[in-house]
Parts: sequence; C-alpha cells; structure tokens
Amino acid sequence: MIAAARCVVRRDLLLALRRPSDVGTALLFFVIVASLFPLGIGAEPNQLRAVAPGVIWVAALLSSMLSLSRLFAADHADGTLEQMLLGVSPLGVIAAAKVFTHWLVSGLPLVLIAPLIALQYDLPASLYGTLALSLLLGTPVLSLIGAIGAALTLGLRGGGVLLSLLVLPLYVPVLIMGAGSVDMAAAGLAPQGQLQLLGALLLLAAAFAPWAIAAALRISTE
Amino acid sequence: MLEASNLDCLRGGRALFRSLSFALQGGELLRIVGANGSGKTSLLKILCGLLSPEAGEVRWQGTPIPNLREDFTRHLVYLGHAPAVKDDLTAAENLTVACTLAGRTASPQQAREALESYGLAANDVAVRRLSQGQRRRAALARLLLSAAAPLWLLDEPFAALDAAAARFTEELIASHVAQGGAVVYTTHQEATIGAAALRVVELG
Repeated sequence: MIAAARCVVRRDLLLALRRPSDVGTALLFFVIVASLFPLGIGAEPNQLRAVAPGVIWVAALLSSMLSLSRLFAADHADGTLEQMLLGVSPLGVIAAAKVFTHWLVSGLPLVLIAPLIALQYDLPASLYGTLALSLLLGTPVLSLIGAIGAALTLGLRGGGVLLSLLVLPLYVPVLIMGAGSVDMAAAGLAPQGQLQLLGALLLLAAAFAPWAIAAALRISTE
Repeated sequence: MLEASNLDCLRGGRALFRSLSFALQGGELLRIVGANGSGKTSLLKILCGLLSPEAGEVRWQGTPIPNLREDFTRHLVYLGHAPAVKDDLTAAENLTVACTLAGRTASPQQAREALESYGLAANDVAVRRLSQGQRRRAALARLLLSAAAPLWLLDEPFAALDAAAARFTEELIASHVAQGGAVVYTTHQEATIGAAALRVVELG
C-alpha cells in the first residue's frame, strides 16, 4: 500500500519533470494575475497593501483551479486510471498520493513565490510569514477539494467549465480564512484563530476527501 | 473460479446482452466473439468490476466481486483497450509502475528481461517515440511478470502486433492456461492458441 502510494508520487513527479511547461503555466498564471491588479486599480500603496492578501489568495485559487482538470484526465485517457482502480491498494490511498503530488507541483510553488508577489504590493515583511503559512495550510485543501470535482467531472464534455462552477464555491471558506488571517495580522491582531481553522479544514479534508475522490472516480469511470 | 450469472448489460439505453451466464475454471481459455459494438469490451469490464452490470452478478470463488474488491483484483490482470502506458515514461518505467500498482514487485532486471523477450530494448526512449505495435508490446510485457495472477482478462491482445509478437503472446497465454490459470480474451484475429479447453461466448 505504501509502496503503491510512493510509486504513484514518484511517477507523477517524473511526469511533471518531463513536462515542465505544465507546472510552469500554473505558476506563471499566478504571477500574471497577481500582477494585473496593480495595473488595474492604480499604484496607490495604501490601497495595494489593503487588497494584497485577498488578491494573492484569489490568484492562488484560480491558479490551482487551472491544473485540476488534468489531474485525472490524462490517466483516464491512456488507461492507467483503470489499472489504478484495479490495483491492490485501496483507491483512496492512490487518490491521496495523486493529490499530494498535485499539491507539490502546483501548490507548493505558490507558497514559495507568494512573498515575492507580496513585495510587489508593498506588504510589510512582518506579514510574509503569515501569508506563506496561510497558503501552506490552505493550498492543500484547494487541491483536495478540487480533486473531488475533477474526479466527478472526469470524461464529461465541457467538464472544465463545470469543474470551476462546482469547485469555486467550495473554495470560499478557505479564501475567507486564508485572506482573513493575513488581514488580521496586518491589523495587528493575532492571526492564530484563522490559521487554526485553516489547519482544521486541512485535517478534515485530508481525512475525508481521498475517499470521496475514490468514490467519484468509480462513478465517473462507469 | 470465475462465475458470471445472468448478466445484463445496457449501454446508452440499448441492451448489449441479456442473461449471460458462464463459469470459468482454472486451466480454461474463454474467447469472447462478436461483431464490433456487441459488448465484448463491456463484458470484460464487467468481469473485472470496472463496470457494474444492469442485472446479475460476477462471482470469484463464490463471492460477488463488489464485496471482495482488492481481494479479487490481486488475482487479476486486466489489459484494456487503452494500453495503459504513459507516453512520457520509458517502457521499463511503465512496467515497474504497473507491477507495483498490481502489488507485484519487479526488479529492474526482471523488467528489462520481460521487455527484451517482447523484443523491446530497455533503453531511455519515452514510449511516445514508439510505434503503436511497440506500445502494445510494452503493455503486454506485464503478462510476463504476472504469472502469479490466476485470471487474465485481455481485451484485443493481438491488436497492432506483428506476427512474431502475436505468436509470442499466444504462447504466453497457452502456457498460462497450461499452468492452471484462466484467460478470457477478445480478438478479431484468427488466433490459434494451443489450449486443452477453449470455450467461446458469442455476443450479439
């Protein structure tokens, strides 16, 4: 079981490594979306500082959305998903491994690059920690919830649009708590409460989402 | 070993087959014949549990397969319509991944030997650069490492293969059946597999 999970993580990382453009696109999308806002709303520093957490979080949300539709679609098309369904390890474990890899290649880079974006918004350096931490806790939740949607819309025509309609509303709590924690810290309050809620969401999603993904995969491959 | 009882299959509102029943013992070879669209692939998918039948059930050693799940799939090799190889990986990497998922360990040495006996050099070429037939060989090499699994379900194993590879696959199937395994396969080619007990299910 552990061997199968490790094998799937290794395989997906190898695939991402051989197709670096896929990873690069999502990251570049994040940077571009976050850079468009100052152009649109003007370069008034106080205003930028105020909108920064929200903008960075929304950009992260959209960017993690972008790579979701490919999460299972490629495996579905070439038949490897069937082999996973017929594997000896529980499908939930395989799904968890796939989501973890998805986060490693699409979520983690956002966490690492976010302080750079924050610099663009003149966010005080003292907030970088909170911002990175909130993304570190929040982006895995995005991957987990998104994967349920990706599994449900697998093989549907126009699945990509449906996927965003399905998943974006579910991202709302993560967005509120993620951006909220940075806002709290910016106002000089303790962000721990929001971060703990994010952590709780992560635990909840990590415990239940893999099984929901597995069930959704079985439904949509029928 | 494997028992299908009263299977009904509906696809897109059309009945492909109704009340299909058969039982398969170890050492038996079952060929599913039928025209295109008669439900051969659907039947194979039902047999391995990827698809649930409209009515009826499939039993493995007497237990319905939805209740067994991993305890059934560990005895099974399913080679589907899609070759289940990743284009960006090499044939050897694909083989190792497939074996690990199936709960069998394949050393790099074994993987290389399996590929070589299928006429594929175990080099660093991604499967994307191989021909359709070579891709099929890379998928079929799994069979060489799956002798431990008693039940093989093969969907068009000879498609896109040249004569030599097709003959090699036939021999592989024959020897698996001779060793007490059970094989269900579909094909449009005239395959001659030297097995004692060949049975045919005709669809459509």
